[in-house]
Amino acid sequence: MAKKDAPLRWDRRMHQRLVRGEAAALGELYDRFASLVHGLAHRVLGDERAADGITREVFAHAWAHPDTYDPQQGTLRSWIAALTHRLAVQRLRATEKAALTRHGEGSTEELERKVRRASVAARADYIVHSMPTPLRAALELAYFQRRDYRQTAHDLGVTEDEARRRLRLGLQLLSTAHDTGTPPPEYGGAV
Amino acid sequence: MTGRPEEHDEPARPVDPPRIPPPRVSVEDGGLPLPAPAEPDTFRGGALVLPHDVLKALLGAWALAACSPEEAAAVEEHLGGCGGCADEARRLREAVGLLHPAESLDLDPALRTRVLTGCLELRPPSIPVPEWAAPYDAESARLDALLQDIGDAEWHAPVRLRWFEDDAPTSRRTTVAGVIAHLLTVDGLVAAALGLEDPLGEAAAKASGPQARTESFWRASTFPPTRAVRPHWREQTHQLVRAVSFTGADGEPPVSYGDFALPLRDAMLDRAFECWVHAEDIADAVDYPYDPPAPRHLHRMIDLAARMLPAVLAARRQAGLAAPAASRHLVTAGAPGRSLRLEIEGSGGGEWLIPLDAPGAVGSADHEVAHVALDGVEFCRLAAGHVVPAEAAAGQAGDREAITELLQATASLSRL
Repeated sequence: MAKKDAPLRWDRRMHQRLVRGEAAALGELYDRFASLVHGLAHRVLGDERAADGITREVFAHAWAHPDTYDPQQGTLRSWIAALTHRLAVQRLRATEKAALTRHGEGSTEELERKVRRASVAARADYIVHSMPTPLRAALELAYFQRRDYRQTAHDLGVTEDEARRRLRLGLQLLSTAHDTGTPPPEYGGAV
Repeated sequence: MTGRPEEHDEPARPVDPPRIPPPRVSVEDGGLPLPAPAEPDTFRGGALVLPHDVLKALLGAWALAACSPEEAAAVEEHLGGCGGCADEARRLREAVGLLHPAESLDLDPALRTRVLTGCLELRPPSIPVPEWAAPYDAESARLDALLQDIGDAEWHAPVRLRWFEDDAPTSRRTTVAGVIAHLLTVDGLVAAALGLEDPLGEAAAKASGPQARTESFWRASTFPPTRAVRPHWREQTHQLVRAVSFTGADGEPPVSYGDFALPLRDAMLDRAFECWVHAEDIADAVDYPYDPPAPRHLHRMIDLAARMLPAVLAARRQAGLAAPAASRHLVTAGAPGRSLRLEIEGSGGGEWLIPLDAPGAVGSADHEVAHVALDGVEFCRLAAGHVVPAEAAAGQAGDREAITELLQATASLSRL
């Protein structure tokens, strides 16, 4: 129990400290979430500088408007991720639109397809990083290490049944990245 | 190199139909086709017959091409006749396309400063981090970013810690994890002064200075430190930055180092300096590049050393390690005394007039007897005990003895 509550307590405390205007809290927030934010932004935009820019925007928003986070609605992590996602997708759409008007190449449909693909890819990254460790470890072995499910079971010290279950469950979770209608668990509403 | 069973088919199994491993598509390719279900009539004899539940449970492994060829064939045959499983199979196969190798996310450490500065301009903090704690905040974040990047094995890479003791170079062997344990325990001096938990616990009563504390911490555990020490160290760095933000200028407790004490703000600078020096030790050990601190932070660190030097010179003189004061007259506190001009070049540099004969005297250009010019980073290496005074690349003019004493005193600032 205590273990489960710990992140929530961290979130609540961090939230209070940000609202109070404690600069040290901002540093800690950055240290905890900067690589998540930068990684998601980079996945959407595919550009280092653009990802730096989104990182600046996300932390600026979190610092200037900490009251827009409601601890009752989800974790701070999911709030930050959703915020990153929204801002990055916005920027991608804006840059693509500008390119479209400038060069007149491509179509609005293509643009939307591209935006959607980037959005799904970023959501998938988030789901993989946030899924329970046993599921992630199984996917890691089966996909990246190219172990079959029997070897995966052996590596993880679980039954073959359990290995099959984890692989299926992990992919089921991951497949929710395609559902723009229903936000994946822990991602918050702002997608 | 793959270890997939279907790619290792032995010639002894000619009955199996040839199975083309499903493509591993990346999301960019999109439009992932499902392999056509195998024709049932191509299976004779060896085909697996499995119940629906078992086949369904296999879908994840199948989508990842992580089951045996026989099982894959059985699944594919099943998909032709079971709409529910076929839908799920398509979904899971598409999900596989979303798996990406984690990009190595080397965040530019300078981005942290840029982002935080931007934020604080947008909304000025009601509880700022004191300026004198900013170097510690930045250096601990830089070191943590380095630690983030290193692998399990590198935590046990040997590191030789070097410093000066009794005017001679001394060293001590430890590991990367041992260095972080060292930083944790010595930072603990500041934690203790601020009333935070001392990482040394009960043992703190028996070990007072940095070296004794470190030895005590290293000894207390039967096993050498591992990467598990990192979260403890990092947590404490965060707590320190937070705690000093709440300390008013008049409420700053002095920090005892055993045989001497520093005001809190100087202790935080000292810890920032040590954090950088040891980060360089670690970076050398694991062969990573590591930059010097930001110029304004480097300047504060050099300033601390320059301010400590007069007292160190006096203590050395008392201990008979340096020539007696050469002034022909007694220097009273606050009065100008014989001085050495320390010129630090490079970004973060500056000029300091170091009074030579009494710690209470005021540095004076009129009484300047010597001039030493050094690069900022070189000066810090000297103060860290990583450069021998005689070999420090220093431009010198004036009283040779005063210069030698100053360089010796600078090296003697170093410790474990």
